[in-house]
Amino acid sequence: MYKFLLRRLVFSIFTLIGATVIVFTLSRVMGDPRLLYAQEGGYGMTQEQYDHMGETLGLNHPLLVQYFLWVGDVVQGDLGQSLLARNDVTDLILQKAPNTLRLGLVSWTLATIIGIPLGVMSAVKRGSLWDYIGRTFALFGQALPVFWIGIMAILFFSVKLDWLPAGQRGEGFGQIKHFILPSMTLALAAAASYLRLTRSAMLEILDSEYIKLARAKGVGTQMVIWKHAFKNALIPPLTLSALLLVGFITGTVVVETVFTWPGLGRLAVTSTTQNDFPVMTGVVLMFALMYVVINLLTDLTYALVDPRIRIG
Amino acid sequence: MATRVSIGDDTSFAVVGRAKQKNWIGRKWAFITEWPILPISMISLLIVMALLADTPLYGGVTGFDPVRPVLGDRLYGPGSFQNERDTTRAIEKAEKNGTAIPDRPRHWLGADQFGRDVLTRLMKGAQISLLILLIATSVGMIFGTTYGLAAGYFGGYADEILMRALDVYFSIPYILLALVAVIVFGQSVVIMMGLLALLAWPPFVRNVRAEVLSLKERDYVSAARATGASDIWIMWKHIVPNVINTVIVIATLRVGQLILAEAILSFLGAGVPPPTPTWGAMVAEGRDYVEAGWWISFFPGIMIFLLVMSLNFIGDWFRDKFDPRLRNL
Repeated sequence: MYKFLLRRLVFSIFTLIGATVIVFTLSRVMGDPRLLYAQEGGYGMTQEQYDHMGETLGLNHPLLVQYFLWVGDVVQGDLGQSLLARNDVTDLILQKAPNTLRLGLVSWTLATIIGIPLGVMSAVKRGSLWDYIGRTFALFGQALPVFWIGIMAILFFSVKLDWLPAGQRGEGFGQIKHFILPSMTLALAAAASYLRLTRSAMLEILDSEYIKLARAKGVGTQMVIWKHAFKNALIPPLTLSALLLVGFITGTVVVETVFTWPGLGRLAVTSTTQNDFPVMTGVVLMFALMYVVINLLTDLTYALVDPRIRIG
Repeated sequence: MATRVSIGDDTSFAVVGRAKQKNWIGRKWAFITEWPILPISMISLLIVMALLADTPLYGGVTGFDPVRPVLGDRLYGPGSFQNERDTTRAIEKAEKNGTAIPDRPRHWLGADQFGRDVLTRLMKGAQISLLILLIATSVGMIFGTTYGLAAGYFGGYADEILMRALDVYFSIPYILLALVAVIVFGQSVVIMMGLLALLAWPPFVRNVRAEVLSLKERDYVSAARATGASDIWIMWKHIVPNVINTVIVIATLRVGQLILAEAILSFLGAGVPPPTPTWGAMVAEGRDYVEAGWWISFFPGIMIFLLVMSLNFIGDWFRDKFDPRLRNL
């Protein structure tokens, strides 16, 4: 097991290095970074000042050295300054990240507690009303665009019925109300994929020989479903949960835009539209880091759940 | 799947046969129950819509222009007629030119905040979306298949490097990569196609590689190699024909995802530049007007839903027909 985890750990480090290379390349494809601060020869800038700026930004070094200088800064938590607000990108990200994490976790929990039981239900009672409800839900969740669901939810629950707030977060206990619409919107598609996967895994396992044996030797229905079948059917959804959390990265970008949620996703979009490149790269790196951490955690749980991996 | 032991209900252990072995509709019309008719007609309808989008105004299908603002029609609801002034003007013009007097056009699905007809824009959007999707899927399919083929066939270090590169690629959140690419290269239809192709290829790699790993061990491959066939020849003649089913199934299942991605990018303002209509951008434009005109966002969203759903159905059908092993996709 340690060998497996060590391998994954080493690999995650490579992934992070790859991510920094891509981000750095993109930031250099943009052209001379000085042009972000000032137009060429603009704002009464003399040639000396222009050169000096290049020196402070480290542009007089070869590209490879520039990369290592930049990575050195990133490792120390210095992602540069925002072009517009002139404050540290790191501070900005640290300020926004908790909101996104909270939203992601709430949605993930919601998706799990809706998707997995519904999946088990629709597999066990195959062909019944529950199955139809489950399958319809899966169909809608997978084919409806997230942002459209968000907008329609705002139209119904905020505008027409005036039950729930559509935007900004409140204080204290009132926060819960603000979480409902965004987290449900984000959770819907995830719950649908959980449902589909749990259903097919359960169906496959309920059809297997050892379930028949368990039934034949007289184990109760509930016992068979939850102990024999469910525990084994849990592995595919577990692998999916990593993908889902990663999918939430895309999801939060969209949902945060729809609900004007002050998180990382919205920061990414606003910094894009405002051409605030340092913020943009910072957010991309942050998401890449999240991805790597999530994957490591999944591998860990995967190893705990599936003995074949632990031993092999 | 002829029999299945059902469990958990009262008839545990009853062996349930396949519900309808006989086709009630008769042999001649059997395809109606065998083929996913509704999804196929939905897609056909869409193609017809896309083809009709460029018919001339007045006497055309809707009688409106997809991009020209008509301020008199701002936020007209579904089913309402064109405003008085523009109608009289059109009639006067027709009388002056001696041409036939046009019918008063109607906004069947409403008009948006600039008075542009939603139905006309949906049709134009279908045209653009279909073009982008066709090209993006083809490019992704060819690239992904080649990549998977190379990784699976050559194995060893090549495989390791190619697959690790794929993992690194996965670690960059696609949507952010797309946003950065749009800042760097600007908005255009070509960039959009490229970005969607970037999203399309990974599933091809994984599945093709897995198939190739087992295919290359087959006897006929060894035989071909023994007779002196080159690697390229073996891949093209002995392996590609065997993975083509998988590739087609994945392609159909993937298109739906691409549509959603295109819609999301357009929604975030990184899509095809305005005023060219795409469905995702239309939903985004309607966001600020949900109160005054729900139809602006509602209908494009429904269209996306119907299209994605239809494609999923067709993909599932393809899969069951050609490659049932891909069930877990």
